[in-house]
Amino acid sequence: MSQLPILSIVIWLPALVGVLLIVAVRSRQTARWLALLTSLVTFGVSLQLYAGFDTSTAAMQFVEHRSWIPGLNINYALGIDGIALPLILLTTFISVLVFISGWSVIQSRVQQYLGAFLILQGFMSGVFAALDGVLFYVFFEGMLVPMFLIIGIWGGPNRVYATLKFFLYTFFGSVFTLIALVYLYFSSGTWVIAEWYVMPLSLTEQTWIFLALLVAFAVKVPMWPVHTWLPDAHVEAPTGGSVVLAAVMLKVGGYGFLRFSLPITPDASSELAWLVIGLSLVAVVYIGFVALAQDDLKKLIAYSSIAHMGFVTLGTFAIYMIARQNSGMQGAVLGLEGAMVQMISHGLISGALFLCVGVLYDRMHSRMISDYGGVVNTMPWFAALLVLFAMANAGLPGTSGFVGEFMVIMASFKANVWYAVLAATTLVLGAAYTLWMVKRVVFGDVGNERVATLTDINGREALVLGSLAVGVVLLGVWPDPLVEVMHASVDQLLNQATQSKLAVTIVQGG
Amino acid sequence: MIETVYLSIVIAPLLGALIAGLLHRQVGRRGAQWAALLGVGLSCVLSFYVLYRFVFLDQPDFNGNVYTWMAVDGYGFYVGFLVDHLTALMIAVVTFVSLMVHIYTIAYMADDPGYQRFFSYIALFTFSMLMLVMANNFLQLFFGWEAVGLVSYLLIGFWYKRPTAIAANLKAFIVNRVGDFGFLLGIAAVLAYFGTLSYAEVFAGAPIVAGETMEIIPGRPSGVITVICLLLFVGAMAKSAQIPLHVWLPDSMEGPTPISALIHAATMVTAGIFMVARMSPLFEFSETARVVVLVIGAMTASFMGLVGIVQNDIKRVIAYSTISQLGYMTVALGASAYAGAIFHLVTHAFFKALLFLAAGSVIIALHHEQDMRKMGGLRKLMPVTYWTFLIGALALIGFPGLSGYFSKDAIIEAAHLSNQHYSNAVYWTILSSVFVTALYTFRMVFMTFHGEPRMDDKILSHVRESPAVITVPLLMLAILSVIVGAIVAGPLLFERWFGDSIFVLAQNDVLTQMGLGWHGPLAFVLHAIRNPAFYFMLAGVFTAWVFYIWKPELPGVIAKRLSLFYRILVNKYGFDELYQNVIVRGSVGLGRFAWRYGDQALIDDGLVNGAARVVKQASASVRRIQTGYLFQYAFAMILGLVALLSVFVVWQVYGV
Repeated sequence: MSQLPILSIVIWLPALVGVLLIVAVRSRQTARWLALLTSLVTFGVSLQLYAGFDTSTAAMQFVEHRSWIPGLNINYALGIDGIALPLILLTTFISVLVFISGWSVIQSRVQQYLGAFLILQGFMSGVFAALDGVLFYVFFEGMLVPMFLIIGIWGGPNRVYATLKFFLYTFFGSVFTLIALVYLYFSSGTWVIAEWYVMPLSLTEQTWIFLALLVAFAVKVPMWPVHTWLPDAHVEAPTGGSVVLAAVMLKVGGYGFLRFSLPITPDASSELAWLVIGLSLVAVVYIGFVALAQDDLKKLIAYSSIAHMGFVTLGTFAIYMIARQNSGMQGAVLGLEGAMVQMISHGLISGALFLCVGVLYDRMHSRMISDYGGVVNTMPWFAALLVLFAMANAGLPGTSGFVGEFMVIMASFKANVWYAVLAATTLVLGAAYTLWMVKRVVFGDVGNERVATLTDINGREALVLGSLAVGVVLLGVWPDPLVEVMHASVDQLLNQATQSKLAVTIVQGG
Repeated sequence: MIETVYLSIVIAPLLGALIAGLLHRQVGRRGAQWAALLGVGLSCVLSFYVLYRFVFLDQPDFNGNVYTWMAVDGYGFYVGFLVDHLTALMIAVVTFVSLMVHIYTIAYMADDPGYQRFFSYIALFTFSMLMLVMANNFLQLFFGWEAVGLVSYLLIGFWYKRPTAIAANLKAFIVNRVGDFGFLLGIAAVLAYFGTLSYAEVFAGAPIVAGETMEIIPGRPSGVITVICLLLFVGAMAKSAQIPLHVWLPDSMEGPTPISALIHAATMVTAGIFMVARMSPLFEFSETARVVVLVIGAMTASFMGLVGIVQNDIKRVIAYSTISQLGYMTVALGASAYAGAIFHLVTHAFFKALLFLAAGSVIIALHHEQDMRKMGGLRKLMPVTYWTFLIGALALIGFPGLSGYFSKDAIIEAAHLSNQHYSNAVYWTILSSVFVTALYTFRMVFMTFHGEPRMDDKILSHVRESPAVITVPLLMLAILSVIVGAIVAGPLLFERWFGDSIFVLAQNDVLTQMGLGWHGPLAFVLHAIRNPAFYFMLAGVFTAWVFYIWKPELPGVIAKRLSLFYRILVNKYGFDELYQNVIVRGSVGLGRFAWRYGDQALIDDGLVNGAARVVKQASASVRRIQTGYLFQYAFAMILGLVALLSVFVVWQVYGV
């Protein structure tokens, strides 16, 4: 290979530096600088992916291919398309912010903390870049370990419970994924994911594989009713952990549907679309109400995340209902790309919101809404940013939060009017729980003496929140560059996802 | 060239807002003030230049995109402008009132620590409102629609220390979101059935889509256009405060008075009216939608006017009056007299902004007193404020010759001539509301400016006329409130000045029918004596005089005699209580219930913790035995994994 293996660098540079930090670096300050530098370099390198990306093709790009375990046909195969690229950029971007924001917050076992994050970062990029089933699975599982540690070691008082719950849920999902992947391997003789797209599978096979993958991805997203690990994990995780969890890790679930479920089991996806759509709408409406009842800032944002991720799965599976309308497939791409945009946007917004909670927590050591009130009096710049992110969370046009919701609502209207009606309740519910929180935390007279002593954000915090604000507004005002990289890949995905694998085509709409 | 003018009209206030907001520390109070003033001032001058070109130079319409927001799936979403006669008129009104409010603010907010922030917000509002009225597609319309909502939220809660202010702004935003829920679904329906969000293409396709039906409830087809129009109208109901989504507007009076004038009277709240008028090519194809519009408008006009009679807060009286007048405009829309609605929108913008600003002049003179029971006798002390307020009041009640006379009479006449279902009942409803309007308006005039002063001596001794930055905007608006009706009534209503901006089917065209009897403004004024509305108005003023000047004890007696009716009005028909107790409490209660019994009891305790408990207990014992080691094992595991994989990678990629 004459080119630089950019994807390998994006994955292994942080992972290796992470190991180095854990085993060899003694000075905390060195560790901090090294971690920041690594993430900056990685982000810089990942920008090369964007710069060199060819938007005209759906083929995998920046492909690296090496035999890994020849006896089992396992390959070290990496590559990205228009679906993976934005997610990798999101990963590398958010990681930089995590290192800046956590600069002086974590004081115990700094090297291990930073090391775990770097490894996590590398693995997450690996998940999005893997073209081989085993490699995907290794990253998919591997990234859980550092997160598990981050919550378990640097988490809050109830961290063991949260970690276990997190572990149990994801482990539960992983087992099924592994079975599905192994089955696919034995039926096809290959671990190449793209090969699985074209292998014939009966409806029964597809259904089982679909359900197995659904369990794993639904836990990750998370979808109702396998979501209850998320609020606990967020509450106990340190700020950086929450940010990465919300901003990137949840996206693995949404990505899984796009990379595996839709193209590998198109007929089962179509047959069971009602199920996923139903769960998505429950997430939007039911979780919206649950979010209203939260007294804990992190839980509120966690529930809000679940509701927002409901749009990802709704947009993804709405394509099958559009197909059944027999009025052309226009709207389907809108749904799929809407799901993608929603993932990127939610990454920025939820990351920003958790960072905002972190800013408050660092000063007050409380996550309870009732401990605040009138923060704007002492932290005007912070308040301005929090209001911006809250508005973005409520889907205000001009912010990225609007774009994905808009696209998915437009698409689901074509699928079924009632999907759109239920999804659009987020306009009211999302605004209600987010802005009610803002009212209780930000506005009002100074709530208590501790709020009176708060100091506004420092330069470091301003840099982190400011860059997210720029991203949120930029994507809201001009989302075209983001969707442009997806078009070719999403078109191809739509073809694969709606092309029946069965000899006798199922009559749609029956 | 003209494109640059259009772009500058929008960009100038935005720049002003950004400078005043983001650089408030660098530019200081004066810098922020001038940045906003110059931005909006430039925008106003250019807007009048555009209006001039449309009126006198036959300026052709402009319809063009500025940039592609997103191109996906064969759909094109753009940010772009449509400047036609309707837009030209709207931008002139918006920027003019905005400029007046900017000037007025210099004095009104002089002592406020949030001076720069305020200028930043109102300039940002002007930008948003311009984006709304200049949009050439539904997406940008929604952008502007939500942006004005955002700024309204920020401004109602401007004094964020007041609990009432931050309750009011939350309420305003949420209620408007209920409207947006319908509005966005309406846009989705447009996209689904027209395949585009561009006005021009949608309007061109309307006659074709008019025949199509959709099944929202399986087996019961409804007209696509009807569904679209009703959904869009839900948005208009929230923005333009129509029953039952009007509840936020009275509370919005918590904001500083200049924004009550600008946002909650003259411009933003009329966005719903403007939107429906803009959508006339759609509404014309749905009789059902127009009937709904007509009836909602009439109910709003009459019910909310009645509430105005029992309010004691001067700003709330004007707020209920605004809702009632918006109801009149809505009636005009329902009667297909779109031009009449816009005409009333314009005259109302001037005289209602005038009333608010004059009320603000009183409020500031009385050290932020808004209760009319503590006012009185200000006529001599604040002559400019009094006379301008009186002009605004006369325009509002439709005194012959003043602007409100022309526009309101056109609406009443339109309802009279309309063939719509219920138009007869609507006609009598809004006709009788003329009496109510005159009654609450002159109750307010008499309580505020006439009779004996009721404030304490200390305040009374300080009362004096407001400075020029306040009285000059009052005078400017007063002049317009007097003359604008007579000047534009003819062209706007009867000479098709709007041209293609507004579309009316021939069989619905009440204004043309009305135009047959139009012999110029003077004849129209003289015609007043043969008009029942004139006598309703006189009766209203007379009643107010009897109640509040001649026999001030009467209102109390009547309130007691009609105590049920009185209590219904004081409680504003119970909308607030209903919403607070049923919807707000119900939602939070439902959320708590779902969380406790769904998430915690059913999922967690039932499904998860059954498994977790076992593991937790096991792990607890493990933890006791080897504290900390568990995580070290995990660390060892991950290190091993990374090492293994990376050795392989390095070896494969760079080695062999």
